[in-house]
Amino acid sequence: MEQGQKPHLITYGTYVLVWLSLISLTLLTVTISGVDYGRIALFIALVIAFVKSVLVVSYFMHIKFDEAIFKFFILVALVTLASIFILTSTDIFFR
Amino acid sequence: MEKIELREPISANQTNDLAVNQVAETHHHKDEVGAKIGMWLFLFTELLLFGGLFLLYMAYRLQYTNDFIIAGQELNLVMGTVNTIILLTSSLTMALSIAAIQRGKKNLSILFLISTILFALAFLVIKYFEWTEKFHHGIAPNAPELLSKPNGEIIFFGMYYSMTGLHALHVVIGLIVLSFMLFFLLRNRINENDYIKLENSGLYWHLVDLIWIFLFPLFYLIH
Amino acid sequence: MNSNFAMMNNYLTYKSKPGILSWLLSTDHKRIGLLYLVSMVVFFWVAVTLGFLMKLEMLTPGKTIVDAQTYNTLFTLHGMIMIFLFIIPGIPAVFGNFFLPIQIGAHDVAFPRLNLLSWYLYIIGGLFAIVSLFLQGGPIDTGWTFYVPYSIRTTTNVILPLLGAFILGFSSILTGINFITTVHRLRAPGMTFFRMPLFVWALYATAWIQVVATPVVGITIVMVIVERVFHVGIFDPALGGDPILFQHLFWIYSHPAVYIMILPAMGVVSEIIPTFARRTIFGYKVIAFSSLSIALIGYFVWAHHMFTSGMSDTSRMVFSLLTFLVAVPSGVKVFNWVATLYKGSIELRAPLIYVMMFIFLFSIGGLTGLVLGSLSTDIHVTDTYFVVAHFHYVMFGGTAIILFAGLHYWFPKMFGKMYNEKVAIWATPLIFIGFNMLYFTMFILGYLGMPRRYWSYLPEYQTLHIISTVGSWILVAGLVLMFGNLIHALLKGKPAETNPWGGVTLEWTVPSPPPVENFEKIPVVENGPYDFSTINGETNGKN
Repeated sequence: MEQGQKPHLITYGTYVLVWLSLISLTLLTVTISGVDYGRIALFIALVIAFVKSVLVVSYFMHIKFDEAIFKFFILVALVTLASIFILTSTDIFFR
Repeated sequence: MEKIELREPISANQTNDLAVNQVAETHHHKDEVGAKIGMWLFLFTELLLFGGLFLLYMAYRLQYTNDFIIAGQELNLVMGTVNTIILLTSSLTMALSIAAIQRGKKNLSILFLISTILFALAFLVIKYFEWTEKFHHGIAPNAPELLSKPNGEIIFFGMYYSMTGLHALHVVIGLIVLSFMLFFLLRNRINENDYIKLENSGLYWHLVDLIWIFLFPLFYLIH
Repeated sequence: MNSNFAMMNNYLTYKSKPGILSWLLSTDHKRIGLLYLVSMVVFFWVAVTLGFLMKLEMLTPGKTIVDAQTYNTLFTLHGMIMIFLFIIPGIPAVFGNFFLPIQIGAHDVAFPRLNLLSWYLYIIGGLFAIVSLFLQGGPIDTGWTFYVPYSIRTTTNVILPLLGAFILGFSSILTGINFITTVHRLRAPGMTFFRMPLFVWALYATAWIQVVATPVVGITIVMVIVERVFHVGIFDPALGGDPILFQHLFWIYSHPAVYIMILPAMGVVSEIIPTFARRTIFGYKVIAFSSLSIALIGYFVWAHHMFTSGMSDTSRMVFSLLTFLVAVPSGVKVFNWVATLYKGSIELRAPLIYVMMFIFLFSIGGLTGLVLGSLSTDIHVTDTYFVVAHFHYVMFGGTAIILFAGLHYWFPKMFGKMYNEKVAIWATPLIFIGFNMLYFTMFILGYLGMPRRYWSYLPEYQTLHIISTVGSWILVAGLVLMFGNLIHALLKGKPAETNPWGGVTLEWTVPSPPPVENFEKIPVVENGPYDFSTINGETNGKN
């Protein structure tokens, strides 16, 4: 790179490892969807989805190795999204 | 105390630069971080776009919990799972394609990019079969068969078609973008020293994957 | 090419391509700003005409000049054009494009080509809305809010204007992305965040709202179209859909959009006041942070548009509380502006007079907003002329007046011409009197129970309606005088100096009109933006 800042290179192996974890998590969530966890089933499924997305964002989208500003930006977007959900919930959960 | 320093006498050198630069209409320097910031901001708009639909999903799932469970059984779990794996794998090959060009391995990068495109196509083909199968069973928006079901199930499929449809549209757009990137790679317009276009397309592609990571459990894994 | 080319040519005169193409294909941020200005003024006058006709119709109960369905179209289009084509892009697209790069010491925005694209999207979106008027089915009659289920049932042309609004949203997003990236990447050396002019801060906060709020209305609009075409049921109560959710999604954008409209205006005020008070702004950091907190809190108050929609009591209380909170940072700004004027050596020039008018009108708009924000009073006046009056005081008395103030402030810089200041000042009493006659009567009408969007009314309201209509004539006369004066200045104005007002932000250090790339050499900034310790009205020299 011309600016002389070498980008952080993630090895092929790391990518493959991340991919393997993603696939395993997918299979896990499919398998346990057959088990009746009642009300927390949705919660478990969403937690697994969240872990998967953290993996994708950190490694595939290399946020883990990018400047802090990107992490801050993502925080802003997620907080926005969360507040929309929470504030709308004050209506739909209490109607 | 003077503070702002400007209007220094212009050296012949600088004057020349200005003239050569063809004024205004040229880029001054390639700012890769800037390009990436722009891309991420765009991704946030995509996130919020889908966010609106997820919000509707939350409201309706709360309102029609049982209907959602019943209707969810009708989706094809195998096809959904296979598609999830395909999309995750396409994300891997996308990341590998960038990793390869960073290391100057053009051919490897092209190979990975082509596989990403093929996986994307496979995803769409499976999606197509999934949808048409539903249509054959009369589960299509405004079809009499679907309209005879309880409201909650109509809404479930309304959400299903809207969200997976919008997602599929994004896959198609991604497919087009990636094809352009392939062209640029072949023409050496993306190379070891300048691959920000490929990186940004990769970010977009991963976002499409991210959305699916959440769509999958919300529609296919309801019990 | 002459090596002095760049210096001999300002941005208005250089030719990069033949004829008009050198404007239509220009990626110069200043030219794009002017493209926006011209198209926006055109749309503004179209919408003013529509509003003028509405007021004329209200002169008498029953039919005066148009029938009821035409009246529905008039208020829908007046709202759509004013909101989506004038006020939302308004200040950011014109002054933001023109001055953001100059004020932070950059040659251009971060993505000049995207910038041009966003203007084209703006025009295409506008054309969609206009074309729909002439198609079969008739012009849209839903009101600018497109509420379901009416918008999925009406037989008028809804889809095309909705698509237009979607495209306009895209245009707004691109501007937002551009500004955020520009602020982060292209500040001149030494231009730290806390040395940025407050206009830039306001634009930055606005840009974030544009990026994170606009997509929500995008998807809402798309879903209404999908509902109309495919009948998926999501917004159709007959199939189990919930129209209140539409209102949530719609206002999740459209309330923050109010701050997209007003924040940049507040930024312009923070520029004009120090310049004419010859004082540094009072509470610089507080104003900067209040911009951010308005953007933030403004995002959390949308459901105060829905107090009577049938949503839960819990959420009505939560949103009412949050609504009161957003008044705090707005109040902070007003107090800081007034404190800046205090003991300043005030020079009462045209831009400042417009700003004074703004502070007065906007305060009325803001305070009546509290009436609407509290649940018990809102239920009394909801959907009456009171609401109409409130948002005209905020949007017109706020944003549009400041757009005029900004136009008078930066006109010499943008065009290199000076306007007749006496005429500019003479237009203000006309605008002020007309405005208050037109809209203050609406507060009273609304309080007395006159519902909005009605084509006819009971005879006892007529006196007030007549005052209001006459006010609209005076207001339009004032606007004609003001714009006429500026157009006259464009054609015949005297050349403007580099720094006619004695401003100290960077745009006053470049020639009027600015050269093509703004700066021959990117400046190095060593001080905050409003340092008047060396007032000499001339371009600051070197150290």
